[in-house]
Formats: sequence, structure tokens, C-alpha cells
Amino acid sequence: MFAALTFTQPLLLVGLIALPVLWLILRAIPPAAKRRRFAAVMLLLGLTDDQRQADRTPWWLLVLRIVAVAAAVVGFAGPVLNPTPARPGSGPLLVVVDGGWAEAPDWASRRARIAEILAQAARTARPVALISLTDPPQTPAFQSADVALARANATDPAPWLPGQMAAWAQALPPGEFSSFWLSDGLAHDGRAALQAALAARGDLRIYQSPAAPLALLPPQVKDGAVTVSVLRPLGGPQARIEVIGRGPDPSGVDRELARFVLDLAAAETTGQASLSLPPELRNRLNRFEILGQRSAGSVTLADDSLKRRKVAILSGGSAKEALTLLDQTHYLRQALAPSTEVIEGALTDMLKASPDVVILADVARLTQPETDALADWVDEGGLLLRFAGPRLAASDLSRAEEDPLMPVRLREGGRELGGAMSWGDPRPLAPFPEGSPFHGLAVPPEVTVSQQVLAQPDPDLTTRTIAALADGTPLVTRKTLGDGQVVLFHVTANAEWSSLPLSGLFVQMLERLAVSAGSEPPRPEALQGQVWRAARVLDGYGVGKAAEDLPGVAGEVLGAALNAGPAAGLPPGLYTEGGRSLALNAVSADTVLAPAVWPAGQIIEGLQATAAQALKGPLLALALCLTLIDILAALWLSGRLPAFVRRAVPAVLLGLALSAPTPQAHAQSLPTTSDQTAIAATEGVVLAFVRSGDAALDTLSEQGLQGLSDRLAERTSIEPLAPMGVDIETDELAFFPFLYWPIAPGQPLPSPRAYDRLNAYLRSGGMILFDTRDGDISAGGAATPEADTLRALAQGLDIPPLDVIPQDHILTRSFYLIQTFPGRFDSPILWVEAAPLQADAAEGMPFRPQNDGVTPVVIGANDWASAWATDDYGAALYPIGRGEGGERQREMANRFGINLIMHVLTGNYKSDQVHVPALLERLGE
Amino acid sequence: MTTPAALRVQAENLGQSLPALLAQAERLSSALSLGLHGRRRAGAGADFWQYRPAVPGDSARTIDWRRSARSDAPFVREREWQASQGVTFWVDPAKSMQFQGAASRPTKAHRAAVLALALAISLLRGGERVGVEGQGRPRAGMAQVQPMAQALGTPTAAEFGAPSLHDVIAHGRAVVISDFLGDLAPLQQALAEAADKGVRGLLVQVLDPVEEDFPFDGRTIFQSIGGGIAFETQEAGDLRPRYLARLADRKADLARMARALGWHVTCHHTDAPALVPLLWAHQALGVHQ
Repeated sequence: MFAALTFTQPLLLVGLIALPVLWLILRAIPPAAKRRRFAAVMLLLGLTDDQRQADRTPWWLLVLRIVAVAAAVVGFAGPVLNPTPARPGSGPLLVVVDGGWAEAPDWASRRARIAEILAQAARTARPVALISLTDPPQTPAFQSADVALARANATDPAPWLPGQMAAWAQALPPGEFSSFWLSDGLAHDGRAALQAALAARGDLRIYQSPAAPLALLPPQVKDGAVTVSVLRPLGGPQARIEVIGRGPDPSGVDRELARFVLDLAAAETTGQASLSLPPELRNRLNRFEILGQRSAGSVTLADDSLKRRKVAILSGGSAKEALTLLDQTHYLRQALAPSTEVIEGALTDMLKASPDVVILADVARLTQPETDALADWVDEGGLLLRFAGPRLAASDLSRAEEDPLMPVRLREGGRELGGAMSWGDPRPLAPFPEGSPFHGLAVPPEVTVSQQVLAQPDPDLTTRTIAALADGTPLVTRKTLGDGQVVLFHVTANAEWSSLPLSGLFVQMLERLAVSAGSEPPRPEALQGQVWRAARVLDGYGVGKAAEDLPGVAGEVLGAALNAGPAAGLPPGLYTEGGRSLALNAVSADTVLAPAVWPAGQIIEGLQATAAQALKGPLLALALCLTLIDILAALWLSGRLPAFVRRAVPAVLLGLALSAPTPQAHAQSLPTTSDQTAIAATEGVVLAFVRSGDAALDTLSEQGLQGLSDRLAERTSIEPLAPMGVDIETDELAFFPFLYWPIAPGQPLPSPRAYDRLNAYLRSGGMILFDTRDGDISAGGAATPEADTLRALAQGLDIPPLDVIPQDHILTRSFYLIQTFPGRFDSPILWVEAAPLQADAAEGMPFRPQNDGVTPVVIGANDWASAWATDDYGAALYPIGRGEGGERQREMANRFGINLIMHVLTGNYKSDQVHVPALLERLGE
Repeated sequence: MTTPAALRVQAENLGQSLPALLAQAERLSSALSLGLHGRRRAGAGADFWQYRPAVPGDSARTIDWRRSARSDAPFVREREWQASQGVTFWVDPAKSMQFQGAASRPTKAHRAAVLALALAISLLRGGERVGVEGQGRPRAGMAQVQPMAQALGTPTAAEFGAPSLHDVIAHGRAVVISDFLGDLAPLQQALAEAADKGVRGLLVQVLDPVEEDFPFDGRTIFQSIGGGIAFETQEAGDLRPRYLARLADRKADLARMARALGWHVTCHHTDAPALVPLLWAHQALGVHQ
């Protein structure tokens, strides 16, 4: 093994010649004499030594010292075990990485290889540039190897494949340089061009891992079965590949829903497996992945094409057997059957099967229970699709006033165009307006409408129209109802009134309405005019993450990417629009993986390399250890070891303990700030205020709450700790029963995350006292900047209906009996949660029973903090009113504060007094 | 050493250590139960001895009228003669006494001081007079203890002590406590002078066990406690027998000197209990004989 031992500074080994000299010097020096205090030294004077003691260093100590020095000399000479053979060339070095998902499985070893190459370049001070071919082409700049190394360590594989090699060949830096190319071993367009360009500039070495990546193709639905294919670039030996399908379980937790084994025959590059799953399970699948492969290519996301929606179709007319083509639902069935599960039957029965869509074709009359059931179903998110027809036109449904299950009111009779009795020609469709779900679909000129029902020109007709005829007459209208929507086609579902059901546009419109989803990926034209947003995106390792900050993608761009594959700025992931979802996968159905072909004569190296092992560190450490042992030995020889051990060992142990604390111990011993805050906040009742960012206001809030805490401790059994300020963006709110939130004009709005936390706080029983502190001017109902700010703030909060505080509210008697709630100002208006409407005062009772809940917010303007605020000595800090009246007002403010905190902490317990007469009566019996 | 501040610091340090020293000495001396020892004959004293019929020549003031009233003849009340010895201490204040062979043992100086104080306290309880060489004549009374303790606590700069016994009263007793490791000539001279005054006494040699055993090996430089005298050897272990022989010679010299003058000698080691030499000293002083 020492055959592969070299030295970086061999000249230093000359120092070994000095060792024999050292031997002689060391031998001549006797160990130092021990000095002792001895009272009886007088008795010793005059005595002579019989023999000279061996004043030479013991041989083993000599050997120890010689070895230590030799180790140091050899160590400084820089020995390297298994040295990497020196690379020819010394000019600039270009490191090229393919950087696609195909390299993700062995990215760690690739990164190590890059680091090794860069470290070698750093040793010889070569300028280095590092490019990843998945990035957009741009001419790289040569820089220090250390900088490139930092970049290489921070680089992750992209979730797409390099696609612009020819452009990269053009973007190479000028001049001569040698190159290293870490290739993924797949054929890509322009690889030959880039290879030629690199080879022309200087020495080119190519590394390629023998391990070939596996790719998972998007699942296909054929005859109700899901087919999954695996692809590999080279036909290797037979392989069994496990594929799992994942998706949320009914409670929303991501789980493995299916697992199957896929056989790749020897020398075959593809393998398939199909599995049939119950629709409920199949609709939940959202991704397939190859077990044990970490790359974006081994993950494929499932979108709507995998789902089979349940569509319930109800037709008004009795089926006439002879006239199938005239049947109201024939074209619907034809359009929907390939991609959905069509169910037919009685409406109430079909609703029990919880369909995704209910289609009513020319149905005018529904019984009341049917209407109610359908309305409830739509309200919960169903899509009700209605088609007009003779019955609807003849009925008076939605005539005088809008029917809940109709998007618009209808005029009597409808109209007929191009018929024998009418003037006009059949009308074509107008291009779909922006904002319509159909926007971007091409309108074929042959689609005409000859008869339709007409909508009453109501004020919101324009907003509800999502498709119109060329003359502006609404053709399709839509309104939302609860979480669902109601869509009305103003024509029949058969070809009787229009040629729409005969055209491909009809199918596309149904797709856009999320009634059906094609099992084929949509063509780019079909996505024209829509903006899709990424919901989840994959990284190069195939790990999905929520895409919150990605911009929307135009439908046509996404459509093009579905064919061409993802690229920079358009990562693979799940894109959504409306109720539809579309998966952009790293590997599309027509992706071909072919092995890279290199020109003859090009040397390809494998990735495996024995890492060069520098022995300098261990040797120097050995020298240091030997020196330390030598110190101990010398101490021992001179008899000072026991004293040294006694003094030094505790110090050394202490030093070790201090210098090498384990991170875990560190984390355990030092509680984080938030832990300390949490402990401080939960040691007792702590009143808290929201930090406004205005230091003066925060001080006022703190002083006010301190004053209130003192009053509480004086008068009640509540003994709050010192108040704390909270930052709603970062601090945990759950520790505080009560938040005082003074409003400053122009206060920044909380982030959505903070709103979530605030709402959770309110829902879990917290209370916020909003104080606009402008009771002097807002008492007359004037709009103030503070009130505007509060309105903006409260928009995101989950606040129940509010009411001006009623006379019998629990706040008026939770501790003191009060009827006014003054602070520094005395505005009578205080907003609390509205009482339930049905609450009525019982006979003889002064207040209504309101036994549940604490009002989550109290909103007022009286600047309570100023009234409560006291200094350290308990003296009021801010003047209120004048003289005696002002002091009275301050007292009332304090009482309000006490009532408020009592209400927060005890709830509506005082309201239970309504039961006192009943209880007494029962006791009496 | 002479500046008031330094003196004060020294005094305070001493004051702090004195109570401990005194307490130790008191505890030690309480092991000896002593009383004022009567001379078994009438004389000047505090205790009643006998009534005897008055004879001519007795002063009328000596007649005990209470006893005489009970009979016809006058009686004289005689007291027992009580005499006290004057004992003078010399405790070696030199640096060599500061030697401490191990942390578990006291310094020789400390043991010597404890021994001296304990002996002094027990003597004072017995009604004897006690003094320290250099502090004047011996005096009676427990008030002597405090100044004596202060005098014992002051070390000098000399490497080895040279005893002097100028303050010993004629026919008094002397107690010399030292390690006797220095030159013996001053001791011999002091003893000769004391013997001229009819003084007898004790020589208490206090040694550390290390000085008795010489447990050293290897190349060593021995230094006196003050650092003034140094002796280097290549192999300390080889010196042991010769050192022990010299120490035995030294002890024999002491014994010979003492025997010639009628003094008593003992050797005490600091790892042995202090009561042993105390009892011996008490016995050897023979004040109650």
C-alpha cells in the first residue's frame, strides 16, 4: 500500500538526517535535579556521593523523542496516500455537469468527485468555472477554485434534463482550457456539438457513471385499468422494480395506497404493469414512485386524467326509443362516457352516490324534497349543469323571480332564429370573454344556435354570462351557490336547438367546466388563455414541496411544456386552474431515454476513485501525542508527576468539557429564548399586549396592563405576573388568555400566517381587546384613521357578528356591577359578540340566558391603557378628566378592566345565576 | 517587618490563629488534672493547714479568735505552705521549625508552640509561674497565657535557633523546645550558664518523621527552609544510612549534655499525639515533688 505514497514537500525529509545529532544531544542532558526543602540539611553537609547516578536520559524516552521528531518531520513533508495522479495541463479548467434528474441518485458521489477535482485545481491554483447544463446558457467566468467549490457544494440536480447543449456550445468562454464533463450517460440533443466544442478548446475528460437512471412514465388509463411503465436507457439484466402509488387517505394523511412489482425483462428497456383499482382509491392517487430511487424522473404525478368523475344525468323527457339521436342526453353520454362514470336513475338515488356533477337536461319540474336535496348538494360543492329545452322554455321556472337552482331569470318563450317564422339567421358564437372558463378556446364558425331560452336582463346578468352569441345574447350562464355552482346552457343538450353538441367545442367546454377530464394530456390549444398555478413542485430528487411563490403559468406555455418536458422556470409539479389539475412530469409519455454516444477516441472514466488520503494530519497528531507523553514521562522521571496530575488533570478535564460540548448537551442545557418566554408566560396569568412597532405605544400598553395587573392583584384573587408584549408574527399566543391590541393608524397588516395563528387563538378561547384610542373624536360615529386601520386589520380575522354591548351583557356584572366602560375617554359604544337572536329574558329575570362562550373580541375606543397605566409607585401616569369626576372615571375604567379579565378567566359563570331560582325551588322540594 | 502596617497585619494574622492555638493547648492541658499542690507543711498559703495553741511569740494578729472562743486557750490558725516554681520556656523560633513533612502534619513550630502553651497552661493552673525567654521573669496567673502565645508565634529569620536562658530565675526550671538540628554550641553555652544558676529543665526535641526517615531518592538538591544552605547529591538514597547515623549522633550528644547537667531529654515526632510529651514533661519537671 505504500507504493502509492508520495510527499508534497519531499525536501523536508532531509530534516531526518538531523535525528542522530539529536540523539547525541538528548543523551548528554541528564534529567533535572529535584529541589527539596529539608530542615536537617545541616546533617547532610559534608557527605559525598558514593557513585554518580545515571545522569543520562533513559533509552525509551530517547526513542520516544526521536520518533516524535521524526513524525513531525515526515508530517510536514506532506505524505499523501493513494495520491490522485496529477492531471495534465495547468491552464483554466471548465467543469461541466449535466445536472439533470438523471444524476440525482448518485449526486453525492458526483458532488464528491467535483469537490475532488476542484480541490486539486485549488492546489495548483488553476482558475475554474463550473457550469450546469440544465441552467440557461451563459458564458461562465473563470474564478478561484474555492468559490467554485462552494458553488458545487450548494448545487442540487435540476428536476429536468439538460436541453440546450447546442446553445451551451456557443456560450463557451474564449481561449484554451481543459474540461471535465460529468455526464449522466443519456443522449441529449447537441451533446455531440458540445463535445466537439470542448474537445476543440483543449483536453477533455468525461466521467460517466455505469449506473443507468430509471424513469417512470405517467400512468395511463386503459379500459379502467391504470398502466404504469418504467423506462431505462440500456437493456440490462432482468430487474424487478417496485412501484408504489401514494395519495391522501380519507383523513387527508399521505399514505401508500398501492404497491406493485414491475418486471423488466433482460435486454428490454421498458416494462409495464397495470393494476385495476376501485374508483374511490384510484381517485385519491396523486403520485407514483419507484421504490428506492431518488430522482424526479422516478416520480410521476397523477392529475385529473387518472380520476373518473361520477356524473349523474337526469333527463326531462321520456326516452323515445326510435329517436336516439334526438335524445336529450345522447351527446352528453357520448362525450362523457370515455372519461367519467355516468350514472342514471332517480335524482334522490343518484345524490346518494355523491356524484361530482349532476346534469339536468331540460328538467323544469323538481319536487320540493328533490330541490332541497339538490340545493344542499350544490351548496356543499357540487356542480349542477342544466340544459334548456322545450320544457324549460314552456315552464314558469325562474320566471318572476330567480330560482335558487337557476343562474338567471328567464324570459317567457325563448327565441327562434333562422326558422321559418323568424327573421334572423342562426347565430354563431362570440369569442369567449376574458374571465370566462372557456377563454382561449377556438370558436369554430360552423357552430350556430338557432333556438334558445333568453335571460332576463338583470343587473348581474353580465357577470354571470360565461359564453354568449355573436349578438351578445347569453348562451351559457353561471352562478355560484355556496361552495358549488350552477351552470345553465341556454340550448338543448341535443342538436335540436344548436349544432354545439355536435362540435368538438362541446367536449372542450365540458372539460373546462371540470365535468370531464380527458385521459390524454390536453393539447396546448386546449389550454389557451388560461393561467395555471403550480400547487406542488418536485425538486431534482423527486421530493414534492408546496409551491407558494411561483408565478402563474400561461396555459399555452404549460401545454407546450407538457410535450417538451419541464425546464427552468417551469419545474415539474401539479398545476391547478379552477377545479382542474394538470401534472407536468419530469418524464412525459413520449420521453425516450437513450444511452449517450461518444465519438471514438474519447476516454470515458467511471466515477469511482480512491480518494487521496493526506497523512499529514495523523502524523502531526502522532508527533503531538508523543510530545505530550514525553512531558508526562519527564515529569514522572523528576518525581513531579503526582503533583502535576493533581493540579493539571482537573484543569484538563475542565478544558475538555468546555471546549468540546456536544451539540445535544448544548441544546439541552441552554433553553432557547422562546422556551424561556414560554416558561415565563405560563408561570401564572400573564396579560399580554400586541406590539405595534411604536415604542411609545408599546410602553403605554405595558404600563396600562401593569396598572391593571396591580389592581387585579389588590382587589381580586387573580394575581397576574408582569405583562408581556407579543409579536403576532413570531410569538406563540396560546399562553395568553387576553391580548390588548391598541390600534395605531397605518399599522402594518399581519401576514397570512399570523392571521391563521390569530384565528386559531380566537377559536381556542382567547380574547382580544381592540382599542382604537380615539373615543374623543369617534364617539359621534366619525370615521377615524384608527378605525380604518382596525377595519383593515379585522378583515382577515374570524370574528363573529358583533353588536353594541347590551345592558345585560355579562361584562356588566362579572365582578363589579357597571354600566359604562370608560377609559381615558368615555365613549359609550363598545362592541362585543352579538347575543343569539332567540335569547329572551325569562319572566322576572333581569337578563337573558347567555351561557355559552366568551366574546372573542371586544372593540372600543376609550384608550383604556392610559386610564390603567401607573408608574412604579402606583401613581396614575395620565390625567383623566378633571378633579373628582376624572378620578371616578379612572376608577370605573379599572373596574371595567377587572370585569373584562374576570370575564376572560371565568367565562359566563355569572350568567348561571339565572338558574338560581330553579335550583332553590328544587332544593325546597 | 517593622512598618506599623506590616506589624498590624502580622498581629491580626496572629490574633486569628491564637484562639485556635490556645484552644488546642487548653484542650491538651485539661487532660492533666492538677491543683495547687500543697507542701504538706505549714507556711504561707491560702489553704487551711491546722490550728495550734498559740505560743509566746505569735503575733496577736495570727490568733484565730473564732476557734479560741470555743476553748480556753488561744489558737493560731496555720495555713499550708504553698510555693510556686518559676518555669521559663524557650521555643525555637527559627525557620527550620517551619518545616512540614506532609500536609497532614503540623509544622514543627506549631507543635512546639502547642506543647509549650499546653504545658504553661497546666502549670499556671497548678499555681506555678510561667514565662517566656525574652519576656522577663516568670509570672503567675492565667493572664500570662495570651502574651506568651503571642511571643511563641513570632518566627525569626535565622535558619537555626540559638537558645538563651537569661530570664530563668535562679533555681527555677527551664523548658527548651527545638529540633536541635543546628549548631549545638549555643545550646551548650546556654545550658552551662543556666546550670550555674542552679536551673534544671527539659530539652524537648521536635522532629518531623521525614527527618527521621529520610525517604529520598535520586538526584536532589536539599535546601534549608530559609534557602540559605543548599546541598546537592546525585543519589539521595545512598546517603540515608549516613544521615541516620548522624541524626543518632546528634541525639546522643543531646542526651550526654543533658545528663551532665541533670536535665531531661525527649524526642517527639509531629505525627505522634502531643499529649505524650506533655505528660512526660509534667512528670519530668517534678514541680509537685
